[in-house]
Amino acid sequence: MSLSIKKMTVHESLSMMERGQCTSEQLVMGLLDEIRSQDGQIGAYLTVHEEDAVGQARMADKARAEGRKGKLLGVPLAIKDVLNVSGQPCTCASRILQGYVSPYDATSIARLRAEGAVFVGRTNMDEFAMGSSTENSGYKITKNPVNNAYVPGGSSGGSAAAVAGGEAIAALGTDTGGSIRQPAAFCGCVGLKPTYGRISRYGLTAFASSLDQIGPITKDVRDAAILLGVMSGWDEMDSTSVKLPVPDYSAPLLADLKNMKLGLPREYFVKGMDPEVEKAVRGAVDKCRELGAEIVEVSLPHTEYAIAAYYIIATAEASANLARFDGVRYGFRAQGAEDPIDMYCKTRAAGFGAEVKRRIILGTYVLSSGYYDAYYLTAQKVRTLIRKDFEDVFKRCDALLTPVSPTAAYKIGEKTGDPLKMYLGDIFTVTANLAGICGLSVPCGVNAAGLPVGLQVLGPAFREENILRVGHAYETARGLNNR
Amino acid sequence: MEQKTSDTGKIDVAYVARLARLYLTDEETKTFQGQLDHVVGYVRKIGELDLGSVEPTSHAVAVQNVFREDAVKPGLDHEQVMDNAPAQVSGQFQVPIIVE
Repeated sequence: MSLSIKKMTVHESLSMMERGQCTSEQLVMGLLDEIRSQDGQIGAYLTVHEEDAVGQARMADKARAEGRKGKLLGVPLAIKDVLNVSGQPCTCASRILQGYVSPYDATSIARLRAEGAVFVGRTNMDEFAMGSSTENSGYKITKNPVNNAYVPGGSSGGSAAAVAGGEAIAALGTDTGGSIRQPAAFCGCVGLKPTYGRISRYGLTAFASSLDQIGPITKDVRDAAILLGVMSGWDEMDSTSVKLPVPDYSAPLLADLKNMKLGLPREYFVKGMDPEVEKAVRGAVDKCRELGAEIVEVSLPHTEYAIAAYYIIATAEASANLARFDGVRYGFRAQGAEDPIDMYCKTRAAGFGAEVKRRIILGTYVLSSGYYDAYYLTAQKVRTLIRKDFEDVFKRCDALLTPVSPTAAYKIGEKTGDPLKMYLGDIFTVTANLAGICGLSVPCGVNAAGLPVGLQVLGPAFREENILRVGHAYETARGLNNR
Repeated sequence: MEQKTSDTGKIDVAYVARLARLYLTDEETKTFQGQLDHVVGYVRKIGELDLGSVEPTSHAVAVQNVFREDAVKPGLDHEQVMDNAPAQVSGQFQVPIIVE
């Protein structure tokens, strides 16, 4: 193969297979070699399904030889361990789901499979997607491939590390408060959180149902557009998926940003922010201006209440969603229980890790009698204000430019003792989930330690075209050799 | 049983853990109490806002009464689903005795 598998994108792999320069089986074998040589160090994958993946790849090669088409025919993907892939485990990186094997494909997976994608392995994550560093996995720590002393971000840290480390061509993640965009930024790859309702969540193990979205983590923006296009669209199995036509997301990937108006929310460029992050993001803003965009300053006045509202809503919904893990129907069950309630309590005590327990307790508290109005209902009202902030600025802007995270990746262990400190790092990403809008993370430089910094492009609901266009024009101008 | 500190708006971790069907060790209770006091103290800042006339948002995209066609369709394979059960008898989930 003329291109290194480590740097190969989805569109490059497709054109190589189309020209007969490689087969899907060769791509899978190449990735398995990378995984064997590197993953002991990086720890991106929880499980790798060699036999299954090679079998799928051979089927794709056979289909291609027979002249069949598929938008992702033979493209190997890595999947966050929270999405059901038939016949593969789905543990959500939790001990409570140890041994669980999916009896079905999630809708997003079924759509990728129908276009010929191959599912190689399951990537590590914070348990039930609760965390920002992948340190909350019930199984292992994932390291940032750029520097192994640092976290890869989270909760989709395994997916981002697999893509950035060259152990995957592309991957899927999920984003409830930044869990695609922040690890993509920390590892130096592209991450897209689509609009709420754009992609069906059927077969995604729910964390916070009013916030969760599935999206791609890729090496460039074109790949994110391709995967988004395949997965998007209404599904009767998810009543929150939206009946809107799916545009051709590759069409608006132009070289310039003429006639685009981009907003800089002043609340996202605050005094005391990491100067290296600010410098990299401001540099990206200048580049967008050079590409023809008009840059305007805007305000999202309720930003400072976003973290508080988010951690009330997300934990409340999580406490309800995680009630299903009781040891009755799947996964782990504690032995020696005297009655069902004793069994639930023992199973959950042994099966859940510390962060999941903390969030279940906080979520149960904010929903408990006498507290509902003060916390959950109030947070939902704050959510209305945050959503309105965005509606107002999107009346005059096509997209917004912000940092993804206040800092670049931090050292493993640096924040694990202080949950609130960890939560506050999500300030620039949770707003998109609360408002239900779309967001893209694109690499925009490195700090003095060589760690990547991400530019966040936020767009109006169901206008993924806008943010993909900005991200593509920017990354092209910056030079793809930086990836 | 009442939440001991309900009037002060502070979280009683041991009580809430019981509501959540979760046994905690003494050490966990102590650690979580400190950490969650800190978090609850922070999230209470939403109380600063005047929200009198603001409607709550439960979902970013408002949807109501989504029905699908009432049609019989094949479900998941029973045996495959039951393979994930920690304990089963005659194709059904087995649990500790609920009523004597």
